[in-house]
Amino acid sequence: MSKLIFEKHSLNHASWLPALKKSEEELLRKIPGRFVRGAAPGLPEVSELDVVRHFTNLSQKNFCVDANFYPLGSCTMKYNPKALDAIASSTSFSQIHPYQDEDEIQGALKILYEMQLYLSEITGMDEFTLQPAAGAHGEFCGLLITSACHKLNGNKKTKVLIPDSAHGTNPASAALCGYEVVQVATNPKGLVDVEDLKKKLSDDVACLMMTNPNTLGLFEQDILEIARLVHKAGGLLYYDGANMNALLGISRPGDMGFDIVHLNLHKTFAVPHGSGGPGSGPVGVKKDLIRFLPAPRILKEEDKYLFEKTAPHSIGKLRSFFGNFGAIIRSYAYIKALGREGLRGVSENAILNANYLKARLKDIFEVPYGGTCMHEFVMSAKAQKKRGVRALDIAKRLLDFRVYAPTIYFPLVVEEALMVEPTETESKETLDEFVTILLEINREIHENPQTVLDAPHTTPVGRIDEVTAARRPNLRYKRELKQEAGNKKQEVVIVK
Amino acid sequence: MQYISNTEQDKKEMLEVIGVSSIAELLSAIPKKLKSFELKIPDGVSELELDRDLDETGHLNKNFKYHIPYLGAGNYDHFFPAVVDRLALRGEFITAYTPYQGEASQGTLQSMYEYQSLICELTAMDVSNASMYDGASALAEAALLALRSTGKHKILIPSTVHPEYRQVLKTYLSFVESQIIEIPMKEGALDPDALSKAIDSESAAVIVQQPNFLGILEEVQAISDLAHKNGALLIACVNPISLGVLTPPGEYGADIAVGEGQPLGNPVSFGGPHFGFFTVKDELLRKIPGRIAGMSVDKVGRRAFVLTLQAREQHIRREKATSNICTNQALCALKGAIYLTLLGKEGVRRLGLLNLQNAHESYETLARIKGVKEFSKRPFFNEFVLFIHKDKNHLKERLSNHRILGPLLVERFYPELKSGYLVAVTEKRTKSDLQHLASAIEESLDPPFL
Repeated sequence: MSKLIFEKHSLNHASWLPALKKSEEELLRKIPGRFVRGAAPGLPEVSELDVVRHFTNLSQKNFCVDANFYPLGSCTMKYNPKALDAIASSTSFSQIHPYQDEDEIQGALKILYEMQLYLSEITGMDEFTLQPAAGAHGEFCGLLITSACHKLNGNKKTKVLIPDSAHGTNPASAALCGYEVVQVATNPKGLVDVEDLKKKLSDDVACLMMTNPNTLGLFEQDILEIARLVHKAGGLLYYDGANMNALLGISRPGDMGFDIVHLNLHKTFAVPHGSGGPGSGPVGVKKDLIRFLPAPRILKEEDKYLFEKTAPHSIGKLRSFFGNFGAIIRSYAYIKALGREGLRGVSENAILNANYLKARLKDIFEVPYGGTCMHEFVMSAKAQKKRGVRALDIAKRLLDFRVYAPTIYFPLVVEEALMVEPTETESKETLDEFVTILLEINREIHENPQTVLDAPHTTPVGRIDEVTAARRPNLRYKRELKQEAGNKKQEVVIVK
Repeated sequence: MQYISNTEQDKKEMLEVIGVSSIAELLSAIPKKLKSFELKIPDGVSELELDRDLDETGHLNKNFKYHIPYLGAGNYDHFFPAVVDRLALRGEFITAYTPYQGEASQGTLQSMYEYQSLICELTAMDVSNASMYDGASALAEAALLALRSTGKHKILIPSTVHPEYRQVLKTYLSFVESQIIEIPMKEGALDPDALSKAIDSESAAVIVQQPNFLGILEEVQAISDLAHKNGALLIACVNPISLGVLTPPGEYGADIAVGEGQPLGNPVSFGGPHFGFFTVKDELLRKIPGRIAGMSVDKVGRRAFVLTLQAREQHIRREKATSNICTNQALCALKGAIYLTLLGKEGVRRLGLLNLQNAHESYETLARIKGVKEFSKRPFFNEFVLFIHKDKNHLKERLSNHRILGPLLVERFYPELKSGYLVAVTEKRTKSDLQHLASAIEESLDPPFL
């Protein structure tokens, strides 16, 4: 059993901290007793060695890009160059304060300023803000801009259109901003159904949120027509940049007619996912919307970089300070390292890898939307389900072969969906091994499905009881679990 | 630099399998009109050149290694033992995805559970989520939660809360039927009379920051009592480092406690990435935003960890989710967990006391300088305001000469506090650092330098 850090005990000196110069009593006299904490917080007591061992052992229970192929659709789990980590953690960038005067942080401002330009160029937009901390935060920002724009024009719009294949954050962000979410259907080709869109467009529509390529990995061929229709109805076109890895140097959302774009630097621009963050979700806009961007923007005047002083139409601030600088600088270095040709190479190889995998896998799994894909594709385990094995089971069995699972049951428009995004950094050899593994699993499904149904067999734990976890939430360690929680508290939780 | 693994031969073979003759053919779905542009990005460079280039840019920043920072205001220069980064930056943590596949993510999930436990211990609250973007957005989400759970529409917030947090709150609430009521300050702390007058049965929550933006300790117990008497929730925004010494929010009745996690193991890094922590009392458990790890068992009864209560989240509930948050700040929270573990019970107390000791020593030294004036007699933790009645450019010049960054001129946020400076003093500041600061201020006030 895996011990919690709270269940270990050894001598903690905390000797990396200096000793006090005065006694505790004397120091505590500086503040009135009513402010002073009585009982010390129940933190663990373990030596430095035990801390190192504990977290090292924990780390070894994770799959990660550094060790495993990660074909996780829509998440772009590419290799994260180590050079970027080194740069971000250098003293010049990690040991500076956001409230230093402008002349003391010219380097940081230069990076932010140039990054605004790079991202504008790559996406075909006119200006960028780097403030949002993640993709969903970027969506929130984009919708605030949408609303501010309509409000200034005296239009009260209440609806946001979202294709039924969209990422869950899209409707959640729209709802957070008080919009009614209206779904747009997908046509038999896997693209936005333009006829359905026409029906749903009206004066009330604030914007249409789209990804392109969409979550089926298909390029929205009618995008220019869609843009025309949305604009004609007085709405804005919003680009969810989750799939931007397909388009670097190939095509630009700005040219397609998108008015607002958010990017996920932790996808396309090589910021490591960090087990779920930190990411960064910059937002780009067309000229007319620049005035609504979060404050402050970074400007350049002559040779000096500075903060914009006033922004009367700005939507305000989305977080403290200026964004996830440590993530932004990684992507800045990544763009510089790759350069024009390298960026295009990213998308070309991402598309090549995806199409190669799709070509090799289409005889094992049904691919509901055929033809050429972009950087990812969705296949269905419908046929396997007839034999009693579901997409979830296949995903779990892959773990036994040391491959992380594809995204499953998403997008919702595909039954038993397995969404595969190999990314550009994987080699043909790795992709071939993946195919061999899936062939093997498919053979098992025919010959010995129980092996797949019981998987995983080799991970630190087997399938986890999620139902009990949600019904009787145990969300923290409690020291006196038996006396305190066992009788009373735990019961209270169960009742809820 | 390029990070492509396919050889030219590989590519050729792959195109053959696909049945096309070139990569360009794979792009035929894209209208021609949308492909004709020239990307104006400079040519790529080698890692060596990149390193040199970024080094040069980095030199345009004045950093804490060669300068002494007295800046705080939400982000503080604390000392982090080497272990924190050595562990957190392991590839197994930094290049893993959100732990949706629990069996392949037990390391992340257990550390999230431990993080939640550590934060609950520190704050004396019942439940913690796995992190938010930062302290400001955590506070805004706390207000949204209070509005949702009480069904009332007023949020009372004192002007002593971090100005940027108040701005973020305003942004987050701009779509919700709500009213933000600002409570003025008196002697650097929330004015209790003003609060008494403003609070009513329509108040969803009272927000308090402890210590507040100006470093001062708020009368949190009295504020908490007043909030509860009127049926409002208390939202406390706390500095985690202070909790080794100061009464934790759970003990003065906070219903929601949030804060900026940067001081726990995360370098200042120009303001991010850091993490926000978000904790509640049991009653609010199912309404909180963001990811949560829970302890469960696997099918053979082994202890196992898993993301839980996902019925609140966007990928399940879509437009009915409690928040749109998806990617959070997991790695920063992991650093927080490692750091708190290294501190331990005794260390967290000593750290708080070291901050208290250094800040008060600095205050006593600086307040004695002729020309320096006190702002408030109220107690403080590791940050305080002093008035230095002097031409600010001249003072700035003296501070720069002594290689000092800050302190923060608070009139930037509070025009009424003219020539007030917010001085942050952590465990890292030494006697010699203090002498530099005192000398710089003295020199700037000294007539010969006028």
